[in-house]
Amino acid sequence: MPLSERLVSALRGWTLSMEPEVGERLSRLAAAQNEFGVDPFGLNLDFTVAAIAPLVWLYKHYFRVEVEGLDRVPEGRLLLIANHSGQLPFDGAMIGVALFLHTEPPRVVRSMVEKWVPALPFVSTIFARAGQVVGTPENCRRLLAAGETILVFPEGVRGISKLYRDRYQLQEFGHGFMRLALETDTPIVPVAVVGAEEQAPAFFNVKPLADLFRMPAFPITPTILPLPLPAKYHLRFGEPMRFVGRPDDEEEDLERKVKAVKAELQGMIHAGVQARRHAYW
Amino acid sequence: MGRGKTAKTGGEAAGRSEAAAGEVRDGVAITGVSGNLGRSLAKLLHGQERLVGIDRRPFRGKPKDLEMHEVDIRRNKAENAFRKGRLKALIHMGIMHDPRMSAEDHHSFNVVGTTRVLDYCVRYGVKKVVVLSSANVYGPSPDNSNFLTEDSPLMASQRFSDVRDLIAVDMYAQSFFYRHPEIETVVLRPVHIVGPHIKNAPSNYLRLPRPWMLLGFDPMIQLIHVEDVCLALAAALTPGVRGVYNVVGPGEVPLSTALRELSHPPVLVPHFLARPLLRQLYAFHIAGFPPPELDHLQWGCTVDGSRFVQDAGFAPRRTLKETLHSVLAE
Repeated sequence: MPLSERLVSALRGWTLSMEPEVGERLSRLAAAQNEFGVDPFGLNLDFTVAAIAPLVWLYKHYFRVEVEGLDRVPEGRLLLIANHSGQLPFDGAMIGVALFLHTEPPRVVRSMVEKWVPALPFVSTIFARAGQVVGTPENCRRLLAAGETILVFPEGVRGISKLYRDRYQLQEFGHGFMRLALETDTPIVPVAVVGAEEQAPAFFNVKPLADLFRMPAFPITPTILPLPLPAKYHLRFGEPMRFVGRPDDEEEDLERKVKAVKAELQGMIHAGVQARRHAYW
Repeated sequence: MGRGKTAKTGGEAAGRSEAAAGEVRDGVAITGVSGNLGRSLAKLLHGQERLVGIDRRPFRGKPKDLEMHEVDIRRNKAENAFRKGRLKALIHMGIMHDPRMSAEDHHSFNVVGTTRVLDYCVRYGVKKVVVLSSANVYGPSPDNSNFLTEDSPLMASQRFSDVRDLIAVDMYAQSFFYRHPEIETVVLRPVHIVGPHIKNAPSNYLRLPRPWMLLGFDPMIQLIHVEDVCLALAAALTPGVRGVYNVVGPGEVPLSTALRELSHPPVLVPHFLARPLLRQLYAFHIAGFPPPELDHLQWGCTVDGSRFVQDAGFAPRRTLKETLHSVLAE
């Protein structure tokens, strides 16, 4: 067996040893797979189970994620709107693991990734096989029509690369998610992530280095590289929010609706920060 | 682009002539009929339609009932094919994709040739024009949506100037659609066509015993069997079908999975080495693939074919496995 296949099967074993019921949950996942075990977007469930092994370990033993409000997640297509932080997108991964392991029926979260991700070797392939999709409106529309769960960070890079002094302050929101929610009549569930800010507090952003490496930011963190510290994660899923209106409404109408989501999420974040005992334990 | 109301009839019923015996039926002209695709199409249609073939190459093993005009479509003599008997449709696939040909030859044959045959259609009252373009006109790119629709911009020439005239042909056919509402114009953009004798880049690539892959990249690919393309062309003849359509075969598969299915273990080359290396190999005629083709190994160019399925009732007959293995058949 080639090395890559041995690695995949070892990782799959690791996931199953940590979460024995994954096998059964997997068989109920209604992803439309073809004779080669992939769905039209390139998601491969076997690969996904292998790829999430280290993330499941981080979830249980490193970030010790506590989840609240999963029972509020409605059935069917869904837009999850979360705050983005921590330099590396472990926040998205932890939300994905929580839904994969704990929702009924199980869900594979599709995040809308930045457009430069498909240009990266390895990352592009791993993301695609694990169900992550380039964040074009067309892709999002198609996935929602198929009843999928989509995770959007409306702050994008502005959120994940921000400095520690701006922690837990939501940055400017894009409007795209609201247009899609209105167009496809999809409920929005805000998800507050508390803890990711402390995994990699960035004190400076070295812009010239960021430009040199063509990265969105080059943060200087306590671990030098933005490797995560063992912060304790709290995920809080809010009440579903439903909006009515036309997707081609005036920007002001759209903005008002986006602000409502942002305010709700900011409130949940503040409550979460207040409620926790300590950032790291 | 416009869409017509269509009865869901499928390929076989396409425009079957009701002319009484003895009377000469309205014919269907096919440019590029001597190529692999053209011959397959002639074989599919020759019992049902009166066929008129146009190609500068001879048609080996041509069906007896096919009237052949061995002429370059740019020459005035090609008009004879339109003048002689009434034609109800033209299927234009006399489009050349030879990366070793000069850009001028390419342009002249593809663009000038297309302009001329479409002019004949106006002059001789041909009511249906089907132009075979390709899903490659969109071009592989990291920014692409996973399923490009027909109204996506045609970006392929941005990185690969050789396909510029293929885009020009596609755009010319689109403007023809608008300029001649009296003619039902169909532009088909099929995904990579593969088949037993097909000599295009995707088929040749899949035949390599040790094909290159770009290290860390594994895009989704779409293939369609040459005979399924013929079914699509026949379905495009259905009265009422008009507009631009993507044509998708039996689905999507990661490139690596396709190669594993064919038992062709890939050689993994880092993308930053692959381009300069292939440029040299191509310059010295060691490799037959122009370097920009590497984009197809790095990023996706997959399309949504549902509109054609809906409007023309098209359904490919080959499975993904059959389509893949067809490149190896002799």
